[in-house]
Amino acid sequence: CEPAGGGAAMCSGGTLGVLRSDSYAALSQYRDQHFRGTRSEQERLLRRSCTLYVGNLSFYTTEEQIHELFGKSGDIKKVIMGLDKVKKTACGFCFVEYYAREDAENAMRYINGTRLDDRIIRTDWDAGFKEGRQYGRGRSGGQVRDEYRQDYDAGRGGYGKIVQGQ
Amino acid sequence: MSRRRHSDDSDAGQPHKRRRTSEPSEIEERLESLICRVGEKSNSSLESNLEGLAGVLEADLPNYKSKILRILCTVARLLPEKLTVYTTLVGLLNARNYNFGGEFVEAMIRQLKECLKVSMYHEAVHLVRFLSDLVNCHVIAAPSMVAMFENFVSVTQEEDVPQVRCDWYIFAFMSSLPWVGKELYEKKDAEMDRLLSQTESYLKRRQKIHVPMLQVWTADKPHPQEEYLDCLWSQIQKLKKDRWQERHILRPYLAFDSILCEALQHNLPPFTPPPHTEGSVYPMPRVIFRMFDYTDDPEGPVMPGSHSVERFVIEENLHCIIKSHWKERKTWVVQATLNCALTLCLPFLQVIFAELFQLPSPPHIEVMYTTLLIELCKLQPGSLPQVLAQATEMLYMRLDTMNTTCVDRFINWFSHHLSNFQFRWSWEDWSDCLTQDLEKPKPKFVREVLEKCMRLSYHQRIIDIVPASFSVLSPANPVCIYKYGDESNRSLPGYTVALCLTIAIKNKASNDEIFSILKDVPNPNQDDDDGEGFTFNPLKIEVFVQTLLHLAAKSFSHSFSALAKFHEVFKTLAESDEGKLHVLRVVYEVWKNHPQMIAVLVDKMIRTQIVDCAAVANWIFSSELAHDFTRFYIWEILHSTIRKMNKHVLKIHKELEETKARLARQHKRRDSDDDDDDDDRSSDREDGPLEEQIERLQEKVESAQSEQKNLFLVIFQRFIMLLTEHLVRCETGGIDVFTPWYKSCIERLQQIFLQHHQIIQQYMVTLENLLFTAELDHHILAVFQQFCALQA
Repeated sequence: CEPAGGGAAMCSGGTLGVLRSDSYAALSQYRDQHFRGTRSEQERLLRRSCTLYVGNLSFYTTEEQIHELFGKSGDIKKVIMGLDKVKKTACGFCFVEYYAREDAENAMRYINGTRLDDRIIRTDWDAGFKEGRQYGRGRSGGQVRDEYRQDYDAGRGGYGKIVQGQ
Repeated sequence: MSRRRHSDDSDAGQPHKRRRTSEPSEIEERLESLICRVGEKSNSSLESNLEGLAGVLEADLPNYKSKILRILCTVARLLPEKLTVYTTLVGLLNARNYNFGGEFVEAMIRQLKECLKVSMYHEAVHLVRFLSDLVNCHVIAAPSMVAMFENFVSVTQEEDVPQVRCDWYIFAFMSSLPWVGKELYEKKDAEMDRLLSQTESYLKRRQKIHVPMLQVWTADKPHPQEEYLDCLWSQIQKLKKDRWQERHILRPYLAFDSILCEALQHNLPPFTPPPHTEGSVYPMPRVIFRMFDYTDDPEGPVMPGSHSVERFVIEENLHCIIKSHWKERKTWVVQATLNCALTLCLPFLQVIFAELFQLPSPPHIEVMYTTLLIELCKLQPGSLPQVLAQATEMLYMRLDTMNTTCVDRFINWFSHHLSNFQFRWSWEDWSDCLTQDLEKPKPKFVREVLEKCMRLSYHQRIIDIVPASFSVLSPANPVCIYKYGDESNRSLPGYTVALCLTIAIKNKASNDEIFSILKDVPNPNQDDDDGEGFTFNPLKIEVFVQTLLHLAAKSFSHSFSALAKFHEVFKTLAESDEGKLHVLRVVYEVWKNHPQMIAVLVDKMIRTQIVDCAAVANWIFSSELAHDFTRFYIWEILHSTIRKMNKHVLKIHKELEETKARLARQHKRRDSDDDDDDDDRSSDREDGPLEEQIERLQEKVESAQSEQKNLFLVIFQRFIMLLTEHLVRCETGGIDVFTPWYKSCIERLQQIFLQHHQIIQQYMVTLENLLFTAELDHHILAVFQQFCALQA
């Protein structure tokens, strides 16, 4: 994807640390444990990536809604909905890939932490979509967090799977 | 789930670098941090912090002078919201070390010259202001500052220079006066009077053709939308009347007066403004956005009047804070609330809306402003949402005279904002729009907002949130319209082929199979099909596109897969210009209830070269789309198309430059080791492919630029045709030209110029000679002239 241009640090002075701060667009602590490759390869990909993971979606949120919201930070190349591995229905996450890194960065700065379908959604850098990564990794087929969740969430199938099993 | 164990080292095989702590860079970081943080929330007073820091820096001068100079110059340029904090610091340093003061002033002048040379005018203004405030800190002698301003103002006497050049120098002079007017007037009143009167006469004689193009509202009530220099002049005049008493700016140097007045001052070296060159690009003029005045906040502290200089200072400050911290929304909120008591909600809102509605474009990405306002609402949930609702109401009331581009932004902001607050809004308050013609701005606005709200949620939600009376403005249910769907349609030509296609596609047919099915479709245009079947056949296109889009209607991804899978068929059917146009028509017929789907399909078809940009432009101006011509989504599609074209040209240009650079590097390498000059033949071979590549890329660039130029020509031509038709019809019929349609259309034409002004500048000569000639109706020509005035 197209790399983001450097900041306008022209003139003899350059820029200042305090103004370089870009915490919203920085890498989080999370690293996908299923990633194949070294940690440093993973981080290199994350720093160059134009793909975002989006979490805490309602199961009913559509690709169209995601396209509308995330389109506000730039042209979207692709949206890949996260699916329950068994049921093959939406299970509350997706990937959004932009053509340009800068657009993904703006999504991290301004769309992360705001609402979609009345839910605060969370975005994070992703190393890049690979076939198979669109499926939930929880035992029951959905996301891991929905396995162990204790609370009732109407937009995510009600109670967590473990609680449901009781 | 197994957890792979990763070694902490980087790629295996690389020697592990030993980290050596390098002291100097640590100290530099520490110095930068100390300097940047002064003035922020602290347990000690600002004065004692400044004094302490001055002491630390003075001690570090022997070893780190150049670093300190560089850091101070940088904060002067990049942290204008803390200008007086840093001028005071420099003042204290100058008092302790006269030489350092002199070197700092020299470094600042160098930096100013550099900024002007590379057209960094925004930052240059900060530097000029900083220098002028150094007069207050006894670092620079007032007479030498006046002399610099005399050189600035004399730029207005230059001949054959763009007005925007003179504008900048006048602006730099005037906008420094809130800080230093008092001191300069006290020391050199005669000279200052002369400068002010020269300024006044310049402002009187400069032309303001550009103003209508940049105003958010076309009406002057309740708040006049003033040209920025006129507004600033009024503020300066009032300041002078008030004997230069300015009450808002924080002036830490006053506390140090006894120390500073003992300091020796420096004289600024004579400053000659760098001359105008062909390549010089100056900032565009602006119109000041006024939405509130002191009558709007009866309970809050008195908001400074629009011609008070405090208003200027407060707003400048808030704009600077946004510019400094646009990436860090939480920091922005903190900084903004530090600088402006939060009870003064209105200046915040005014600044944010001013930027959001700024013409030609907002300084930052639109979505940022939505998020900033949400952050402010989170910070002040008790008061800000109400004020914001009031502001929205005010904007709604004035929709009739609001520029169409600004209405677009208002629609985007408001719908996105509502989606973060469960779409709660008292729609009944806006029932007045229900009695109006649907094309009028208010009902149009509500319709577009509801459509955007639907895109962020779903159709039934919108039906639920609006009162029943608003159903006439509610968006259509975004379902696909398949003309061959019903048994009752079986008499339609192509019906049986459509059925055939449906079965074939469901059975995973290949492109070839599709072609053979389509062969049977007769061509209504020609009596004798030329056998190959590859000429423009609208019925083939209709049957194929309708059927495929219908089968793939489930989601965007389904439709994109369909486009990809049958790309070959699409390319063949849409080979001719008429074919492309017809594909677009059919897409519209199928998806006219779902504008969002139309937009993403058009985008995909351009990117996969099924249609080209010119086809989209022609389609938008076609009679089939006349009914939707004033709808927001049409213009989103057109501007997105233009942007794709522009990005394409830039991309190829970049490729060309990169390949040229590679060739240059290769030559350099060859020249440097020229001992083996027997290898001339092999190096030619190395060059060959690169040189060929460059030739090919150059051709590609030329062809892309020609396509881009053609696109703009098509768009402008169609606008001219459409508008001329309307004007002629009105004139012969004796009706008023200014219908809602006309206002929308002429402002859409303006929008093309404004949104793509940099590219269009390249084609000015062609436009002037070919399209915007003197014979054109003056209504249309005025738009072109206003555009020319922006950089004149």
